[in-house]
Amino acid sequence: MRKFTMQSGLVMPLDRANVDTDFIIPKQFLKSIKRSGFGPNLFDEHRYLDKGEPGRDNSSRPLNPDFVMNKPRYKGASVLLARENFGCGSSREHAPWALDDYGFRVIIAPSYADIFFNNCFKNGILPIVVDKKIFDQLFLEVDAAEGYSLTVDLERQVIVKPDGSTIAFEVDSFRKYCLLHGLDDIGITLQDADAIKAFEARWKASAPWYFGAQA
Amino acid sequence: MTGKTLYDKLWDSHLVKQRDDGTALIYIDRQLIHEVTSPQAFEGLRLAGRRPWRAEANFATPDHNIPTTREERQQGLEGIRDPISRIQVTTLDDNCREFGIFELDMNDERQGIVHVVGPEQGATLPGMTIVCGDSHTSTHGALGALAHGIGTSEVEHVMATQCLLQTKMKNMLIRVDGRLNPGVTAKDIVLAIIGEIGTAGGTGYTIEFGGEAIRSLSIEGRMTVCNMAIEAGARAGLIAVDETTLHYIKGRPFAPKGDMWEKAAAAWRSLVSDSDAHFDRVVVIDAADIIPQVTWGTSPEMVAPITGEVPDPDKEDNPTRRENMRQALKYMGLKPGTRITDIKLDCIFIGSCTNSRIEDLRAAAAVVKGRKVAANVEMALVVPGSGLVKKQAEAEGLDKIFIEAGLEWREPGCSMCLAMNADQLGAGKHCASTSNRNFEGRQGFGGRTHLVSPAMAAAAAIHGHFVDVRDILFTADRPA
Repeated sequence: MRKFTMQSGLVMPLDRANVDTDFIIPKQFLKSIKRSGFGPNLFDEHRYLDKGEPGRDNSSRPLNPDFVMNKPRYKGASVLLARENFGCGSSREHAPWALDDYGFRVIIAPSYADIFFNNCFKNGILPIVVDKKIFDQLFLEVDAAEGYSLTVDLERQVIVKPDGSTIAFEVDSFRKYCLLHGLDDIGITLQDADAIKAFEARWKASAPWYFGAQA
Repeated sequence: MTGKTLYDKLWDSHLVKQRDDGTALIYIDRQLIHEVTSPQAFEGLRLAGRRPWRAEANFATPDHNIPTTREERQQGLEGIRDPISRIQVTTLDDNCREFGIFELDMNDERQGIVHVVGPEQGATLPGMTIVCGDSHTSTHGALGALAHGIGTSEVEHVMATQCLLQTKMKNMLIRVDGRLNPGVTAKDIVLAIIGEIGTAGGTGYTIEFGGEAIRSLSIEGRMTVCNMAIEAGARAGLIAVDETTLHYIKGRPFAPKGDMWEKAAAAWRSLVSDSDAHFDRVVVIDAADIIPQVTWGTSPEMVAPITGEVPDPDKEDNPTRRENMRQALKYMGLKPGTRITDIKLDCIFIGSCTNSRIEDLRAAAAVVKGRKVAANVEMALVVPGSGLVKKQAEAEGLDKIFIEAGLEWREPGCSMCLAMNADQLGAGKHCASTSNRNFEGRQGFGGRTHLVSPAMAAAAAIHGHFVDVRDILFTADRPA
């Protein structure tokens, strides 16, 4: 996994609560057997005026001028400011893959759906939870100032605003460690292979019906 | 010491290692696999030179991309017209062969929606931990299993280690007291619950559903309720084991037999929350207050009783919710104050992992029997959840009832619940759907979904607009 230590970037606000995973990446793009290439179809149904299909050349499609992503001032954004319950709906990891492929490295929101939140960490994306009041203030500031950028320092667990002031945030210590070092979970878990084997042997002795032959 | 909740018991019995930072390694008994969220996980294993930790703990069947017309299905893989979809399905076949994983492939009579097939085969057992790269894995909690959806990285993790890295959730109890009104179903219960607590109400919790109304549901009904726990934000829903559970499981192909069955059943009877267990949040709902439900918006929490009307955003105090309602009404093409019964339907979809089991099909057939689909309904699909559900329905003559009424009788798969195959809702069309999500574009680009129970979808098919199914079921104008 790619390391995450510090990220400075332009902020794009998405003014909508309960953004679901179908909104982030529509189902037709889930037919891919790859992990990459989803960026051009991020927010597809809102970003374009027509219906997207896998394999289509997206560069010739009509853009929705009203959608925030198509406003020139947010071009190249890497920090996404999103509203409550971001990423609700399906478990599709294609959602963080699409955000990552487009270039988003940080999401800041008051709350997230559980599965999506978890999936972000597996892909080197940092989802930050901030208090609603602070969040609302950030939203106003981003809207007011073109070129508004933030720096996110994971080691110190702070968001640095353009005026130099900081917003502290919480992050699970294990997830922080994995992000900072770019570690993949499987390798870490397999360090506990002996504990897993010991558990498995005990469990098989007490509940053998879960280890039966297949029909 | 206070007692344990069912969730506590399931968690404790699968705890491999508790880390100091609050995360834990949880042992996984069963991983269910479908074609959409698994290819990148298998690829990850290949690239790292890893093999599955315990291949026989995995169980696969393709469902999302599978065509549902008989003509297409008779051609096998060639019947999948979209080459990208076909590659995804054949990739699952290839991966299962390469890694020694049991698969019911698309030509197998037992194939179907993974959340229908798992319980049907007895691959879902009480007391198990179950994962699948699919958020509706919460379904399996209906059998007293701790089951939840995971992302593809976690699919790979479970394949490689048989464990999942987890932080323990909080405990929520949703108790539905008393008896359900006649004509009110499990789907109405869960939609009413989501309407009450909201789509983020269960975030961070495992929800146990209890109370007399839940206890009196069949396993099919319980699966409908747990299936939509994720729509309330909870990764897992649970229902305690009772004799209904054991009766459902006994004799299924993957269930233990003989002496082993007796031992297992004895252990499973303890899979209930202790009477003095602590829940972090308790929600109590009176079953008598629930009547048939219909969603009017683009989130499952945007739901109203059939006797109600589309709400007015201007009367909503919360600004975020007000804006969400406005966006939803614009997308749905609905005006505030419209009576739910005045919403006209272009399409009917009876199917999905929420409502495609035999009991669902029986309920829908009972409503349409001897009647005809309304002229304004352009498409009405009945898609059984598995090949075995289809076979059972045909043995009972349900297929003929649907066909005579003017509905299409299809082959098993996810179909128009998420429209990854050819079954898609047209732009601007309203669909009465027994599925689980009414998100924008979910059933097709620009499509407008209304979530309802199978009986309500069937009633809407006959009238061409929503009606209170109780008026059909309990009045005298029933045709012979």
